[in-house]
Amino acid sequence: MLPELFFGYFAAAIIIFSLIVVTRRNPVHSVLFMLILFFHIAALYLFLDAEFLAAIQVIVYAGAILVLFLFVVLLLNLKEETLIRRYINQWPMGVVFAVGLFILMFISVRSFLAGPKGEISSVLTGQSNVTNLGTVLYTEYLFPFEIASLVLLVAIIGAIVLAKKRLKS
Amino acid sequence: MVPLQWYIWLATAVFAIGVLGFLTRRNIIIMFMSIELMLNAVNISLVSFSHYLQDMRGQILSLFVITVAAAEAAIGLAIIIALFRNKATAHVDEMAETKG
Repeated sequence: MLPELFFGYFAAAIIIFSLIVVTRRNPVHSVLFMLILFFHIAALYLFLDAEFLAAIQVIVYAGAILVLFLFVVLLLNLKEETLIRRYINQWPMGVVFAVGLFILMFISVRSFLAGPKGEISSVLTGQSNVTNLGTVLYTEYLFPFEIASLVLLVAIIGAIVLAKKRLKS
Repeated sequence: MVPLQWYIWLATAVFAIGVLGFLTRRNIIIMFMSIELMLNAVNISLVSFSHYLQDMRGQILSLFVITVAAAEAAIGLAIIIALFRNKATAHVDEMAETKG
């Protein structure tokens, strides 16, 4: 009974806050509601025995990405944003598409059957979540891990190149 | 014990809300936040699969999704700043420069 109550609260909070995020008029309010949303998602990860990902969710998403969004929102100085309409002219089409997608995925998940169980988890090996994660990440997924570092390098260089002022030559 | 399908339904709902925000909003920053919302929905489903199938690979994949999300946010916001410098607007329907 208690796990269902816990899940119910967090699921309801996540859905309500994500609806608030996409409908607020002021982008600053959206960013701040998204902060609350990310904390709720981190709590859901804790509930699923993923402590490391819960910490990463708070550090990377709430700590880095949202601060970046907040910087850009404040940099662009969108004063007129609070006065004019929020949605594009074709918004009913978007609503139809999103609702249709939700209904389609909802129906298809009902007939879902789980596959065979894996062999590495905290329950099976008796070690902590971080130990298991590090073991799999640095053995089986070493090459994708290196590629991820390359992706981050390209992102850093690309952000600098895109955001810098053009020099008059 | 909460069934696995509840988590998948939650991820579905968050993903659909992200699609809704991406398709209906005018502000390009909110559109980028909707993309982050969709990536978070995928992360929720990956972590719940990882828990219920007792396999660590789901959490590893979700770690890579977070990496890509961070890179995408940095690049996307740099593009927004470059666009704003040229057009002085953050509304997508005023940026119809590449009309075919």
